[in-house]
Amino acid sequence: MTKKMKLSQLSDMLQDLDVESLEGVTIEGDIELNITGGGGLNPALAYALGSEISQISLHMANIGRMLGFPAEQLFASAFGMGEMPQPQALPTSPKIQELLASKFEVSKVDNWKNPIQEVTLGATSGDGGSRKNTVTIGGENALPYYFDAEMPHRNYVTMDVFDMPIGMAKSVKGNYEDVINDPAEWAKKVVREFNADMVTIHLISTDPLINDTSAKEAAKVVEDVLQAVDVPIVIGGSGNPEKDPEVLEKAAEVAEGERVLLASASLNLDYARIAKAAMDYGHVVLSWTQLEINAQKELNRKLMKQCNVPRDRIIMDPTTAALGYGLDYAYTNMERIRLAGLMGDDELTFPMSSGTTNAWGAREAWMVSSPLKQDSDWGPREYRGPIWEIVTGLALSLAGNDMFMMMHPTSVQVLKEITQTLYGSIESEEIDITNWIGAEV
Amino acid sequence: MKINSPLEAYKFLPATNCGECGEPTCMAFAAHLIDRSHKLTDCTPILEPKFKKKYEELDALLAPEIREIVIGVGEKVAKIGGDDVLYRHKLTFFNQTQYAYDVWDTMDEKDLVERVNYIQDFKKFYVGNFLTVDMVAIRCTSNDPKKFGAAVKKVVETTDLPLILCSFNPEVLKAGLEASKDRNPLLYAANKDNWKEVAELALEYDVPVTLFAPNDLDLLKSMAKTFAAMGTEKLVLDPGTFPTGKQLKQTFTNFVKVRRAGIDGDRDIAYPIMAVPFTAWMAHDDPVSASYWETVVASVFTIKYGDIMILHSTEPYAMLPELHIRDTIYTDPRKPVTVDPAMYKVGEPTADSPVLVTTNFALTYYTVESDLASNKIDCFLWAIDTDGIGVEAAVAGGQLTAAKIKKGIEESGFDLKKDTTHNTIILPGLCARLQGDMEDESGANVMVGPADSGRLPGWLEKNWPPQKK
Repeated sequence: MTKKMKLSQLSDMLQDLDVESLEGVTIEGDIELNITGGGGLNPALAYALGSEISQISLHMANIGRMLGFPAEQLFASAFGMGEMPQPQALPTSPKIQELLASKFEVSKVDNWKNPIQEVTLGATSGDGGSRKNTVTIGGENALPYYFDAEMPHRNYVTMDVFDMPIGMAKSVKGNYEDVINDPAEWAKKVVREFNADMVTIHLISTDPLINDTSAKEAAKVVEDVLQAVDVPIVIGGSGNPEKDPEVLEKAAEVAEGERVLLASASLNLDYARIAKAAMDYGHVVLSWTQLEINAQKELNRKLMKQCNVPRDRIIMDPTTAALGYGLDYAYTNMERIRLAGLMGDDELTFPMSSGTTNAWGAREAWMVSSPLKQDSDWGPREYRGPIWEIVTGLALSLAGNDMFMMMHPTSVQVLKEITQTLYGSIESEEIDITNWIGAEV
Repeated sequence: MKINSPLEAYKFLPATNCGECGEPTCMAFAAHLIDRSHKLTDCTPILEPKFKKKYEELDALLAPEIREIVIGVGEKVAKIGGDDVLYRHKLTFFNQTQYAYDVWDTMDEKDLVERVNYIQDFKKFYVGNFLTVDMVAIRCTSNDPKKFGAAVKKVVETTDLPLILCSFNPEVLKAGLEASKDRNPLLYAANKDNWKEVAELALEYDVPVTLFAPNDLDLLKSMAKTFAAMGTEKLVLDPGTFPTGKQLKQTFTNFVKVRRAGIDGDRDIAYPIMAVPFTAWMAHDDPVSASYWETVVASVFTIKYGDIMILHSTEPYAMLPELHIRDTIYTDPRKPVTVDPAMYKVGEPTADSPVLVTTNFALTYYTVESDLASNKIDCFLWAIDTDGIGVEAAVAGGQLTAAKIKKGIEESGFDLKKDTTHNTIILPGLCARLQGDMEDESGANVMVGPADSGRLPGWLEKNWPPQKK
């Protein structure tokens, strides 16, 4: 509205009407009010117009306030008023007929310049192994699933197999009772029935405080598992720092050329021996530290500088704590490691692995009910357990974790579904959420 | 906030070191302003008229990048937004994600009241406190203003929790507002069709309002700009939560983009974000699958920038992980990980009471302590210095050894032989392998307790006092 109009013209136009107020009048665009000859104005119209003009000034003042100008003080001094009413007491607001046009823009992160190292596990016959396929993780140029850069590889899951029966949560155990005494069958089952991408064989019976199985005997189990399945494998020791180097060395030898992941080298054992076994027999080393970014740097540095492990043979496990039991540290530790790597810290640009099975240590995952009377009912544990493992893994996937060591088939299935959805490889029917409020559920 | 060093804040303070804020110096206070552990209003002198200009300038500099929005009234009031960072370790995330669980107006009245009560009563003990859920979202499924008004009225009578009124029909929303006008509910939602009417309602009743623009960030920003120009910045943004496939990936991208733009300083879009994991129920028929997927979607958007969300499943296997993942993300990463390594008394122990060992990892310690205290077990509890690592990991990593435990006991000045009648230590089940070493090191009787302290009461009943050998 750029046409100028004098008040007297307005008055003329409306003189025959009995106007009490100017309802529905909205004034947009540039406003120029030229008030002359106020004496000849119809009193009702003058009042109405006065009211409208005052309203406008209030709207303007309100906009002024939004812009940070203390408009109420201006009014107060102009009219000698005390306090102005609160802004929300304004009777009406500026009427806007069309949405203000706007374009959403956001920039990409500019300091993620350093790609994460790609690491391949497993070797096919062409590369001196006997695996049917290999698994490659790493290679990211951004946080997982971010639009800043395409994520080159999806997340992978390796499922746990033990070389002896162990204590397990009831809802986990139900899936393995038929194979619990046979690691090879157990390995077959997780690949065929539970869609595991890889298998981890944990040689826990080698612990001198458990069965003290000899390294040689344990290596046989590794051979059995390699025979039973054709996916890449991870070999884990018992966690005994004295025994593990010997056990992993022997296992590495029998798995020569298969490019397995040796789990793990850590600062509290003879990591050099494990690194050497990996180098001698063509494997990858899992560099395991406990929730400490500087320790992780130190161990990676030692593996690279002292033991000459090449960059494409290191994966990190910065430790997974369960949901409710330190996941906040584990999450932030991983997120910091990944961000530091992307921003150029060469000692941290390695893909990561999570012992997501640790989630089963949370009492919420396995107890029948809460030990505390004040708690609300915890509901059936067979549903509580898997979701505990899923949410633990999912959180870490968002922090940058690449590979998950897991236990429950349902957890594996759902974790794969969500991580691959965010990765972008899951197609599904489009759902119209426009009227979700009225959905019948 | 626009400044990041205490020095920049200090310039605006009175510099009198008066101590009224509780800090010895203005510089110390300035440091707390930057880490947001003090409010500017804690400085009483700066509120005097002569400092008005400085106060206003500093207040504007300290304002969080993402606006803080208040929903509800009184004790249960919910605050959302207020964040300054994209990663929690850079500071901390403020105002944890608010979880609203739904009811709908075609529900039977009795069922509705029961469900609201279940929502408001749900609690889970955790590290000294109860985790609880926050809000009730009332969905209009009848499209009948009268029916909706009645349902809202019933909810208002039943609970003090903040409310979300859900409908795209302005008449329905108005009926809901009439029934809850003293409760400052959140309106859900304005969309591209109804925004004028909904804006009028938001202004008339002076309540916060959600803007819904499914997968259209231009529209979302346009609406936010328009509402601000009309006179309200009490806005919540819903870019749409699509539950599956590529649409869900796009939703994730939208959340990351909106929050990044806001933190990067685009004021037009710097508002709290709403997620609606409820839509998982539009993709799954089976209730367990739907609950699971809803929990998964809720977890993703609790971690990545959802400030408030509407959920449907009230199964404990959905609510418990939701509560815990929220606590995980919103726990202040600057708070200490450990308790002081020491011998603690639980209840009023005597020389006959059991002596238990745990680690000084705060979570472990508080869990064990609450299991003992809530079952009224009087005992001595040793928090051994494991650098704040839990039992199982500390045994694996060598931070919890027999020598460490012995050292801890000696340093506490407690003498098992003199101060107890039984000369016995109970180890956590997860460090059973230390039993032999421990006996050799300490010369005491060593018992191995259960793997989870939740089972201590039953275990003690069976095994305590120890039988004389």
